[in-house]
Amino acid sequence: MAELILTPNLDAPDDFYADLLATHETLDKVESDALNARLILVLANHIGDRDVLTQALAAAAPKEDTQ
Amino acid sequence: MNKIFETPIYAYKHSPDQDASTPVRHKVIVVGAGPVGLAAAIDLAQQGVEVLVLDDNDKVSFGSRAICFAKRPLDILDRLGCGQPMVDKGVLWNQGKVFFDDREVYGFDLLPEKGHRRPAFINLQQYYFEEYLVNRVRELEAEGAPIEIRGRNKVSAVGTHPEHVVLEVDTPDGSYNIEADWVIACDGANSPMRRMMGLDFVGRVFEDNFLIADVIMDADFPTERWFWFDPPFNRGQSALLHKQPDNVWRIDLQLGWDIDKEREKRPENVIPRLKEMLGDEVEFELEWVSIYTFQCRRMEQFRHGRVVFAGDSAHQVSPFGARGANSGIQDTDNLCWKLKLVMDGKAPEALLDSYDTERVHGADENILNSTRSTDFITPKSEVSRLIRDAVLDLAEHYEFARPLVNSGRLSVPCTYDGSPLNSADALGGPARTRPGSACPDAPLGDAFLLSKLGDGFTLMTIDADAPDEIEEDGIVVKRLALSVKDDPTYELKRRYLGDNDSAVYLIRPDQHVAARRPGFDDNQFRHAIRRATGKE
Repeated sequence: MAELILTPNLDAPDDFYADLLATHETLDKVESDALNARLILVLANHIGDRDVLTQALAAAAPKEDTQ
Repeated sequence: MNKIFETPIYAYKHSPDQDASTPVRHKVIVVGAGPVGLAAAIDLAQQGVEVLVLDDNDKVSFGSRAICFAKRPLDILDRLGCGQPMVDKGVLWNQGKVFFDDREVYGFDLLPEKGHRRPAFINLQQYYFEEYLVNRVRELEAEGAPIEIRGRNKVSAVGTHPEHVVLEVDTPDGSYNIEADWVIACDGANSPMRRMMGLDFVGRVFEDNFLIADVIMDADFPTERWFWFDPPFNRGQSALLHKQPDNVWRIDLQLGWDIDKEREKRPENVIPRLKEMLGDEVEFELEWVSIYTFQCRRMEQFRHGRVVFAGDSAHQVSPFGARGANSGIQDTDNLCWKLKLVMDGKAPEALLDSYDTERVHGADENILNSTRSTDFITPKSEVSRLIRDAVLDLAEHYEFARPLVNSGRLSVPCTYDGSPLNSADALGGPARTRPGSACPDAPLGDAFLLSKLGDGFTLMTIDADAPDEIEEDGIVVKRLALSVKDDPTYELKRRYLGDNDSAVYLIRPDQHVAARRPGFDDNQFRHAIRRATGKE
């Protein structure tokens, strides 16, 4: 089974973070929410692997100890 | 001229049963003469089982109702001797368009697989579907088959006994009692039989209303399925346009939950909505308008002693995906051969429990699929709408998102994986023909495979030797000897052999695979026959 990568894997994390914010910069809340939803779908399709996606959904879900 | 659905086609006639001093006993009584009840009756009568159909009215379906019939039911209707008129009359379609807001998001072509006698689906009004089934009943009657339909015979009470069922039946001449060894209840989603027997029907209610309008128009819309999400003419809701025969178009408009149904149904309210959708210049006439709500639910078990439920009386789904009538026909296809063997004493009553196992599995699959379609079409929360709209936005620009668009996943046959009637797969052939699968059709020169399978058990050999007939404990299995050479297109090989050079399939009377092996083995196939008839 393919493993979801949960260790640092981005070449230039600050650059990516800045790109992500920039993409949202001029958008209002509704537009930003829609963009996030589209982004998730684009990335999910690129990953393509159901096992990895299942692990990603679990990794992103609220942690019980933080609730 | 009256519409076919306004004309009594099995008018009430006084039956001698009504004057009998003691209730007359029948072999099988089918309650309900809709698509499912009629299919059950034809199936049984064709096999020589005496069958009586009771219906509370005397006409075919009022309005078009179920309009999309899938390949598997068409294959079953071929076996029942009435597939051809359906296909001749029905509208064939493969293309469609999806709209979101005010724009076309994409078009699709379902490109049906070649090498099948029947198309993937046809559109046909339920009233024609029922009319052709009634015609087939009349044909069987003329041939002397033991089949009868009694119109305006409404079951008003049920008494269940270990070996029979007593029904009280209301008619224009008063009520009478009648008995049956077996009863098949095909009396629809609101099944009075189910209610009279006090049986459960649990599931999920969807808080939504849909307006269905059938309009007659000479419009030059193409023969395609058009589906709108959140269109300007029906804000926040969905809409569907689909063609039926005779220039009748089905229009489905989602209305939401909090509406006045009687008001919405009035022509003065329906017509402006349709004009907004079709454009002012289009001339049309309303044939039929109805408002429906729906639920996704099923009975916990479909068989209750000598009463067996089939079709909507046993399970109800949302209309998206055409899984109502289509799955009901598959119920009776599954049930009738089993009932016949049990009635003839050739199989134990336990064989009927496999009807429950297999068709409950089928119902769950349909409920799952239609629930998912409903969740996509009518998002129930802010976030589900957000994700749904994201899919539709992306689908306009990128092909990857189109498979996520769910405006109904059209009915495909259910594979009975894990059924107690299956023998382990000893061939390792193509997955689509593994034990439990409905046999896919294949071309054989000028003919097709499914039309050669018939009503009984078949031993299909492909480039393998086997006896012409085996009999195991009363079950006769006839061989159908084929070779990959019979099909120059190699579909037979692709669908049934895969990488193997030969195969032997044991095929049930409902054309589902019970067992398969690379070659004939007398002992193994006798086990498989016993297993497929509930004896192991």
